[in-house]
Amino acid sequence: MRIMEDVEHIEKEMKLIDENGLRLDGRKPEDLRPIKMEVGVLRRADGSAYVEWGGNKVLAAVYGPREAHPRHMQDPTKSLVQCRYNMAPFSVTERKRPGPDRRSVEISKVISEAFDSVIFTEQFPRASVDIFIEILQADAGTRCAGLTAASLALADAGIPMRDLVASCAVGKIGDVICLDLRKEEDNYGDADMPVAMVPRTGEILLLQMDGHLTLMEFDKAFTLVKDAIGRIYEMQKEALRTRYAVTAEEFSDQTENQPYENREVGQ
Amino acid sequence: MTEMISELQRERVYKLVLGGTRSDGRTLEEVRPLTIEKNYIKNAEGSARIKLGNTDVLVGVKVELGVPYPDTPDSGVLSTGAELIPMASPVFESGPPRPDAIEIARVVDRGIREAHTIDLKKLCVTPKEKVWICFVDIHVLDHDGNLFDAASYGAMSALTCTKVPASKLGLQDYPLPIQHYPISVTAAKIKDVIVIDPNLQEEQIADARLTVATDENGDIRAMQKGLRGSFSYEEVNRVIGLALKASEVVRAKIKA
Repeated sequence: MRIMEDVEHIEKEMKLIDENGLRLDGRKPEDLRPIKMEVGVLRRADGSAYVEWGGNKVLAAVYGPREAHPRHMQDPTKSLVQCRYNMAPFSVTERKRPGPDRRSVEISKVISEAFDSVIFTEQFPRASVDIFIEILQADAGTRCAGLTAASLALADAGIPMRDLVASCAVGKIGDVICLDLRKEEDNYGDADMPVAMVPRTGEILLLQMDGHLTLMEFDKAFTLVKDAIGRIYEMQKEALRTRYAVTAEEFSDQTENQPYENREVGQ
Repeated sequence: MTEMISELQRERVYKLVLGGTRSDGRTLEEVRPLTIEKNYIKNAEGSARIKLGNTDVLVGVKVELGVPYPDTPDSGVLSTGAELIPMASPVFESGPPRPDAIEIARVVDRGIREAHTIDLKKLCVTPKEKVWICFVDIHVLDHDGNLFDAASYGAMSALTCTKVPASKLGLQDYPLPIQHYPISVTAAKIKDVIVIDPNLQEEQIADARLTVATDENGDIRAMQKGLRGSFSYEEVNRVIGLALKASEVVRAKIKA
């Protein structure tokens, strides 16, 4: 029995990490998947962002601060932060039944709580800041991609925050600590740990872990993921700059030539 | 799903259509620019993200094995659902589908089913026991008017690129057998003016709505009238004529 397990273990490792220490998609353990971020992608929402992260495609939208519903939930001292994380039925290999399941309810809750501490909620008593995260295509690490997108959408909506929130997962394949597992690695890997932080202060806003890590491995994992979060933070700022930075000339063009009423027409 | 529109806006939009133009610069008979991105979701057997102006809809098709209905033992099954997720509009709320989402899903479903768009007989694996079930899930991402047409264009586009995963049974995957291309076109009546493909503002002040689905032979395959106002017979005929004209352009885009 013991031997069988060992054989399985070795097979697994050989498949996920080759003799050069490279992973299935040719990444080194400390490499992230390709990430693309875009801010302001939806018209109706107050703020929105789209993140493509490896095989993940995630949209986030923010509405608010607006009146909190139902009314008995209102807090006279601060606004609520309500997140809804939802997977589209076609986002996964086996069709997911629409609507919230236990997993998405939990993820919605931890993401709401993560943002509650960075948003200046006391400025909006009785209101609610509503965050919607839609997983259009899933390939492991959706809550991190969703959180990263939601953070951009909050900034796009002009919600006052202490800082952006950046998020990434780290895991273990065999006994190698690897950043940002993809689906095959997550299914057969030995640990997975999503983390979200306030990059400026290093506060940890979300931390979950399943699997098995020794103390040393945890240390290594955390160092890796902290560095990755720093990189993601830079990408977030770049995405916001791309959306909002305009040269002085462009700015004066916009304001001079377009009467306010017509600005949105025909764009 | 009521949204507020100010009296001033109402007046402005009406005055524009009365003069033959619209708030987004179109003529009364013009459909907004349509862009289609097929195979958008790799985990779906077929998918499309379509934009009709600023209305943004993502449709995914999942094809799975299941048991046929007892009254059609040798036919596959088509099941259409629509979700008006709260991301898409400040007036959408989470929760089980409400009547407006169900209406959209059913109108799209009817348009596809009644036109015999898919040859469901070719989706039978073992009669009475095993058939392919097509789940068409419509996800509205951004609501700027005319969800009926946007959802139906999305569904048709996704179906045209859907592959039946027969390799699960050791056979070869094959494209979904599509026989017809019904295209729905919606008109809104604002007082006495008829506009094609209403945007959100126009929809908000519309008195009546009429959706007409036509096929490639110019035949009518489905109609659905909505809202409280009424159409005269002449107006219905006019809408059908406009729908036929508009559908050709859209069909060519969906087939491409």
